Amino acid sequence: MTDSSASTTLSASTHKSSLRAGAGAIAAIARNAFREAVRDRVLYNLVLFVLLLIGSAIFLGELSAGQEVKITIDLGLSAMLLFGAFIAIFVGVGLVYKEIERRTLYAILSKPIGRGQFLLGKYLGLCLTLLINVAIMGIGVSVALIYLHRGWDPLVVKIWPAILLIYFELMILTGVALLFSSFSSPALSALLTFFVFIIGHFSDDLNALAKSSGSAAARALFRALYYLLPNLTHYSVITPTAHGIAPDAGAVGLAAAYALVYSAVLLAAATLIFGRRNFK
Amino acid sequence: MPIIEINNLTKDYEVGFWRKRKVRALDGLSLTVEPHQIFGFLGANGAGKTTTLKLLMRLIFPTNGSARILDRDISDVSMHARIGYLPESPYFYDYLTAREFLNYCGELFGLNRNVRQARSEELLTRVNLDRKSWDRQLRKFSKGMLQRVGLAQALVNDPEIVFLDEPMSGLDPVGRREVRDLIAALRGEGKTVFMCSHILSDIEVLCDSVAILKGGSVARSGSLEELRAAETNAIEVIATCHAPALLKLWLKDLATVSTTPAGLRIEIGDEKDVDVILAQLRAVNGKLISVNPVKQSLEELFLG
Repeated sequence: MTDSSASTTLSASTHKSSLRAGAGAIAAIARNAFREAVRDRVLYNLVLFVLLLIGSAIFLGELSAGQEVKITIDLGLSAMLLFGAFIAIFVGVGLVYKEIERRTLYAILSKPIGRGQFLLGKYLGLCLTLLINVAIMGIGVSVALIYLHRGWDPLVVKIWPAILLIYFELMILTGVALLFSSFSSPALSALLTFFVFIIGHFSDDLNALAKSSGSAAARALFRALYYLLPNLTHYSVITPTAHGIAPDAGAVGLAAAYALVYSAVLLAAATLIFGRRNFK
Repeated sequence: MPIIEINNLTKDYEVGFWRKRKVRALDGLSLTVEPHQIFGFLGANGAGKTTTLKLLMRLIFPTNGSARILDRDISDVSMHARIGYLPESPYFYDYLTAREFLNYCGELFGLNRNVRQARSEELLTRVNLDRKSWDRQLRKFSKGMLQRVGLAQALVNDPEIVFLDEPMSGLDPVGRREVRDLIAALRGEGKTVFMCSHILSDIEVLCDSVAILKGGSVARSGSLEELRAAETNAIEVIATCHAPALLKLWLKDLATVSTTPAGLRIEIGDEKDVDVILAQLRAVNGKLISVNPVKQSLEELFLG
């Protein structure tokens, strides 16, 4: 080992201010989580998606004359949601668990990083992966529509609010996966997140059940579930979009605010649990 | 003023399905470490060395007690910008290259891009990692190479204190020698090194002071010289003579006599008996080679 060659002097000027350094550390963790997803070939699902789109454009259009556009939007956005949910759940539950299991966390948490910062960085990294995934898929659907229309199709503009809503839903789902994985095994976390995903789409039914149920206990249970679990029905606009009806800006804005607040609460809860964990 | 102060640190793990049974991993550990020295933290497997380091690094939380590093509580996140840590059997992101990993660690310390790049290259050179391996993914690294990357990441922020958990683990003899030289050089630069190990020869060569951990608390601590000299007043006389059997017979009530390649080794329990031994030696025309106080080896201290 060479004896200390003039070591790089790390004076105060080479360090950023603590606030900037804190934000920089979160960004670094997020970038690293994104790089992990890319190198673990998570984005390979895009190939499958493109194949699905091409297949649907060629075959389904022929089976249902005049319905090519509707089916392409329906199938494209549904696949976007399902592929995204798959990534959010299965990559999301491993975000923290893998770090603990492989002990990569030890060297990182010994550095001036708060556990909340670490979780936020990991969360943002997966959100970035999903954003790129969804954006590329959205471009794919747009190109398919232009191809089917043999030119510019006004529906290309109308699908993007729906794509944005799908992305917000995936942000919530990632938060749910992260919360569960902060205290349970990946298999259980994936299962629980999947239940939340399903139940979340029937949130309005839960409310209806709470109102119509005869038993007070059942009413309380359904009401608690209704308020506790994320209401994902606001994000399901695939069918109206396929019929050319785009959600208005107000609804999208409200859904965005709901997703941000809900995700913040999930992250705060995950930080509370993760912050107390002992890494044996 | 101590640079590390550990006060009555206790750690219980709750085990079993209902987490009702408690296992004490650390039992009221107290010690201090002075700056600019290499401190050896010795103990058998399960003695609590790694638990102590994990507590200091905030990876686990104490059941009781407290610790301060650089006069700041260990819960102070900003204090961690001034220390470095090499975990035991380090495992890093296997999809990153060595250079990318060090660059990432530099980012976590808020270092600027240029500094990060320069620092990464400097450290990879310093830990003698083959330049061809700098841009290979860590998944292709051997245990020894990972250990070198681990050492480099522990130094990325030019820390004042470096905590090393079994730094020689996984290294071949050449690698061990290189790491030993590196650790000695760190002391030369004015850094403090807190090193966990059970490789006694490395501790003996490197450390200024040690603490021996047993059952979760400190059994002995101090400088190596103090520890070795303590608890014994024995004197060792080495001599040669033509009538060893006769000498053994004469000295049987006074000393323990054994044959070694250097000659007869006569061990006496009290210094005042040296004159008697020398007189007897002269009587059999023996030749004195050396008279030395007996020091306990680190191994004896460790096992004792």
